[in-house]
Amino acid sequence: MSEEIKNLIIEYVKKEYLEEDAEEEVNENTPLISSGIVDSFSMVSLKTFLEKKFNIKIPDDKATPEAFDTVTNILNLLKEYNVT
Amino acid sequence: MAYSEKAKLHYATELKGIKEAGTFKEERFIESPQAANIKVEFPAGSPPKEVLNFCANNYLGLSSHPEVVSAAHDGLKERGYGMSSVRFICGTQDIHRELEEKLTKFLGTEDTILFPSCMDANAGVFDVVLDKEDAMIADRLVHASIVDGMRLCKAQLFNYKHSNMDHLEEKLKETQDCRFRMVITDGVFSMDGDIAKLKEICDLADKYDAMVLVDDSHATGFMGKTGRGTHEHCGVLGRIDVITTTMGKALGGASGGCVSGRKEIVDLCRQRARPYLFSNTVPPVIVAAASKVLDIISKTTDRRDKLEENTVFFREKMTAAGFDIREGVHPIVPIMLYNAKLAQDMARDLYNEGIYVIGFSFPVVPKGQARIRVQISAGHDREHIERAISAFTKIGEKYKILGMKKNEIIEMYGL
Repeated sequence: MSEEIKNLIIEYVKKEYLEEDAEEEVNENTPLISSGIVDSFSMVSLKTFLEKKFNIKIPDDKATPEAFDTVTNILNLLKEYNVT
Repeated sequence: MAYSEKAKLHYATELKGIKEAGTFKEERFIESPQAANIKVEFPAGSPPKEVLNFCANNYLGLSSHPEVVSAAHDGLKERGYGMSSVRFICGTQDIHRELEEKLTKFLGTEDTILFPSCMDANAGVFDVVLDKEDAMIADRLVHASIVDGMRLCKAQLFNYKHSNMDHLEEKLKETQDCRFRMVITDGVFSMDGDIAKLKEICDLADKYDAMVLVDDSHATGFMGKTGRGTHEHCGVLGRIDVITTTMGKALGGASGGCVSGRKEIVDLCRQRARPYLFSNTVPPVIVAAASKVLDIISKTTDRRDKLEENTVFFREKMTAAGFDIREGVHPIVPIMLYNAKLAQDMARDLYNEGIYVIGFSFPVVPKGQARIRVQISAGHDREHIERAISAFTKIGEKYKILGMKKNEIIEMYGL
């Protein structure tokens, strides 16, 4: 399941944030926020996607740039909501 | 006094961090009115230096225009210095309403309300027109003031890839259940000088029953054949529901902004927009001068025509000289350098040559897209622009980047 969730998030990030001709590779350890792929303004759509997909509510104090910086970090955050 | 050592240390550490990240902003002291030619004291304490200004938003060269300054003097004499009030208590003069009417006519809208700045207009408007059952669908590169305004609004936030109409359509489909939707964009994006695809945006908005809001701060007064703005440039006059814009750029450059558009939205802003209700009225001196600016630019297109000629000339000559320039038609001309240090070094050398420009790098622009942003003005004479081109060419030669493509510059200087 975890592998499936990982791929789901990576696919979403690629589709939502990268241009079609982008050369960047995204894997579970690619920095998203600190690299500028996802800026703090756009992060809201990633949060909404996770909330809708897994039927959870992530409070703002948990949705920090650090918690969202890599797919691995996001997976760790999801574990707190029993999404594994 | 409860300013503790702990607090003091915290702020000092924050400042140190900004300096270490290379994003600390130093202000330069200008010892003359805003114009093409200015006197600058930089670094602080050094003797003033005469430079040509290529980084102001003074697009029409009206910031220190004699007729505008004279109108400001008259305003001061006839309507005083301050109003000591918000608009709805005793802060609305006849000239405030006159200026709002002139803006409405100029922008081709139904009504207009003045704000202390466009930042305030953007901070106030969303919360007034949208609520939690609504959706805001914004271009990902909208101005920071729109981002802040949207944060103050309870409506759900969606954003689409910069100027990507397929992505916008996806978001419009995704939000069909919302009560009201508003597509939100800058008319002209300030870092690239690129223009929103307003025709496509309006068509999509019609198809999916959404409103359109455009922040036209970098366009009002000169984009389009008669300078109305991006909506005129794109052929969608009358189709934009809300325009927010500023008087702090082309329209005299002092301060003040507005929300202009559908009558009911403007009326509701007058009742509920918090930055309007709880800020002082725009001072009479600014209202009088801005009003004169609108008279000038409504009478003749000479200044916007000169700006267009200057822009075309600069873009052509810089491209011919071998610079990598973001294509476009706007007086914001990004000279792409990709490497942050190269952008800083070249801007410093250009300043030493008497050309005042600024280098921009991450986080102001995306990583690996550092550039010098040049802003052309109708206040520049041909000779000023030629001097800038020749200084750029000299410095470009020094750094051996003339004729180089993106990959070659990156190979030489890194990202």
